[in-house]
Amino acid sequence: MSDFTLPEDKAGRLERCALFYSDIVPHNHALGLKLLDIGPAEATVELPYADFLVGNPETGVIAGGAVTTLIDAACGSAVILKLGRIQPLVTLDLRIDYLRPARPHVPLIAVAECYRSTRQVAFVRALVHQGDKSNPVASAQGTFMRLEE
Amino acid sequence: MSDAKSPSVLAELVHQVRKTRDYGRLTDAIPYTRFMGIGVENLAGEMLCRMRYTPKLIGNSFIPALHGGTLGALLESSAIFELLLQTETPRVPKVISVTVDFLRSGKAQDTFARAFITRQGRRVANVRVEAWQDDRTRPIASAHALFLLAEP
Repeated sequence: MSDFTLPEDKAGRLERCALFYSDIVPHNHALGLKLLDIGPAEATVELPYADFLVGNPETGVIAGGAVTTLIDAACGSAVILKLGRIQPLVTLDLRIDYLRPARPHVPLIAVAECYRSTRQVAFVRALVHQGDKSNPVASAQGTFMRLEE
Repeated sequence: MSDAKSPSVLAELVHQVRKTRDYGRLTDAIPYTRFMGIGVENLAGEMLCRMRYTPKLIGNSFIPALHGGTLGALLESSAIFELLLQTETPRVPKVISVTVDFLRSGKAQDTFARAFITRQGRRVANVRVEAWQDDRTRPIASAHALFLLAEP
């Protein structure tokens, strides 16, 4: 099972985690999600602006559902990084507060941090911004369960 | 932002669809619901949302299971359509917060959702939503969401 363990070096970890943003995870791929950066228990994921993601055609603002997917994906990656190994996870719950409307034609960036993991459950928080972390679009809190292998 | 004073094209469309129940006109006008295959249907006199299965909704190819985000999207869309079509709100309600509980993994098939407005105030509406696949008594996800309605 050693090949499920993430490499020690950052480039190797990034490369391995980026697989979840390829067509291995079809919906992440369909939305165009990109893993931008990682930390020891942190993932930064970008959702590029696209016309097909618009939830309100009059304002051009991206649908909340796409933001939910962005946050779910970023949080899942943060848990994997915290655990240091690729392991099946399920999202138990996700709470999202929408702090301000997203600006159209600008990518959304989620920064998720797994701040606690136990034998079975991992706790994650995330912020979504559009380039300025001090002016976030959304904040989120999620819990994930680690599945037995 | 559209001018709050003049009725927008979307508001006019919503107004018409409330009467004609030709829900496809509304869901087709929203790019994201079209992309996701989320539609509103009247089944046995009840307004439901259906997310038609396509392979691009998959999050885990090995099980296979729907991406959790797609269930969140269906629940949130369902709540918005319930508010748009069953109340007199003139504009698209803005989501304040949403909490999603994932109860079972979503299989590679169509998913249904039904929203219930638990409270509708002048400015804020509370909505509860459940999603299921084969068996309505075994929901696969549920949500409660808060929306800011347009100022009266």
